Amino acid sequence: MRASSVDVTYAGAIRALADIAFEIPPGQFTSIVGPSGCGKSTLLRLVAGLVRPTRGELSVAGQDPTTARREAARLSFVFQDATLLPWRTVSANVRLPLELQDAPRADRQQRVRGALELVGLTDFSGRYPSELSGGMRMRVSLARSLVTEPELLLLDEPFGALDDITRQTLNEELMGLWTRRRWTGLFVTHNIAEAVFLSERILVMSARPGRIVADVQVPFPMPRTADLRSQADFARLTGQVTAELRRADA
Amino acid sequence: MKRLGAWLVEVLLPPLAFFALVAGVWQGATSLWDVPAYLVPSPERVLAAAREHDADLLSAMQLTGSAALLGFALSMLVGTALGLLFSQSRIIQRSMYPYAIFLQTVPIVAIAPVLIMWFGNGFGGVVAVSFILSVFPIITNATAGLTAVDPTLLELFEIYNASRWQSLFKLRLPNAVPYLVTGAKIACGLSVIGAIVGELFAGFETGSAGLGTLLARANGRLDTSYVFAAVFCSTILSIAIFAAVSSIGATILARWHIGAPRSSTTKG
Ligand SMILES: Nc1ncnc2c1ncn2[C@@H]1O[C@H](COP(=O)(O)OP(=O)(O)OP(=O)(O)O)[C@@H](O)[C@H]1O
Ligand SMILES: [Mg+2]
Repeated sequence: MRASSVDVTYAGAIRALADIAFEIPPGQFTSIVGPSGCGKSTLLRLVAGLVRPTRGELSVAGQDPTTARREAARLSFVFQDATLLPWRTVSANVRLPLELQDAPRADRQQRVRGALELVGLTDFSGRYPSELSGGMRMRVSLARSLVTEPELLLLDEPFGALDDITRQTLNEELMGLWTRRRWTGLFVTHNIAEAVFLSERILVMSARPGRIVADVQVPFPMPRTADLRSQADFARLTGQVTAELRRADA
Repeated sequence: MKRLGAWLVEVLLPPLAFFALVAGVWQGATSLWDVPAYLVPSPERVLAAAREHDADLLSAMQLTGSAALLGFALSMLVGTALGLLFSQSRIIQRSMYPYAIFLQTVPIVAIAPVLIMWFGNGFGGVVAVSFILSVFPIITNATAGLTAVDPTLLELFEIYNASRWQSLFKLRLPNAVPYLVTGAKIACGLSVIGAIVGELFAGFETGSAGLGTLLARANGRLDTSYVFAAVFCSTILSIAIFAAVSSIGATILARWHIGAPRSSTTKG
């Protein structure tokens, strides 16, 4: 994935992104942090081909993002809210992407079951979203994004609405899932510890219009485990990224 | 059994008790001040009129009820179809919606005679008036339900390259179901009013007469007790249809696992 001098200006002359340039190799897990409203969601929507650059070039797997999405269809998006269809059961929600992509009927059931196993929700497959806790709904949303076995996974503050403990548990689960599947990950968050724990690389953005002001490598070996959070190096790097973010916000 | 008993006591008893109270006061007042029956008949006289004409009233309720149900069914069909049309194209919505509002604002008594003229001086015309009066809340609620979809869900569908039909059948239509239930609850009451208004203008020639026809005839004879009895039967008919539609709606909503949305228009 490669971006060079990309600008996005929304209607009403709101300049959301300015001069964005980065290159992300396949299989890398990258986090994006930045002040509120700096254009992080816009960046993800750009990569998903939902908005187009006003200026500059962006390519995903060597193609224009919309073309890449239409032709390769190996992209999933996890939103801040679980965005489940309330009238569908857990398993029917997870099945949705397979239906939309006309996946072979014979495989569907097995793939849905596999995805639910990944997030540990096999026993809840017949429940409705309204019967689940926030954390469980987010797991369903994750299972739905993984059921298509994506090569590129975009996550927009997926755990922002959850309490700290649930967030940490889900971070560890996500780490485990990534180790198995090794998709290219782009993860937007406000939580710096979460970014450091999960990613190999952190892009720090400035206030609107968003620019990339720092590109931090996270050296800890993958896969990471819960005890990383209590190590001194972890605290040091979290502090460093926090300092970068403060400078960006000033 | 216990729950049914509790329901009877909590839900049915208070309005019945209030009804008995009002009827008692009314009976007392009419005999105390000796009000002439052609002005305000006592409950006793209304009851007597209902007994005397029970066969006519019963068949009238059937006739008016079927006209109303038919008008209501047409409203559901046509209203949903128009909502589908509006939700698919902004241009169509912009150019046609003002005329849908016309249906809402035009006084029904003004166009009822015209409709009767067009659709026949009988059952057909009555159904047409019932339809015209009840279709608007279905149009607005269907349009709202089909278009007021969470934008993030639309993006989700776009991410997976959903076709227009997939978005319609897997997202927009299911999203509209609770809205349609709300619309149906408003429209079913209006369909009864429409049928009765239609009957006021459509003089059924033959023996079959709806509640509106009976009302018009009794009014002409200043038979106020009979008028009250017919009004009473109209209310029972409305309540019965509303209760049926509500309970079907509640069953559907329970399956949909979401509450009823706020309606876009509550009035027809
Ligand atoms: N569809 C849109 N039309 C017009 N302006 C928009 C649109 N979407 C976003 N914006 C504006 O663009 C800017 C960047 O928005 P974006 O949602 O990308 O920020 P963000 O970094 O994700 O913010 P947050 O941290 O609050 O999620 C904001 O000022 C926002 O108001
Ligand atoms: Mg955002």
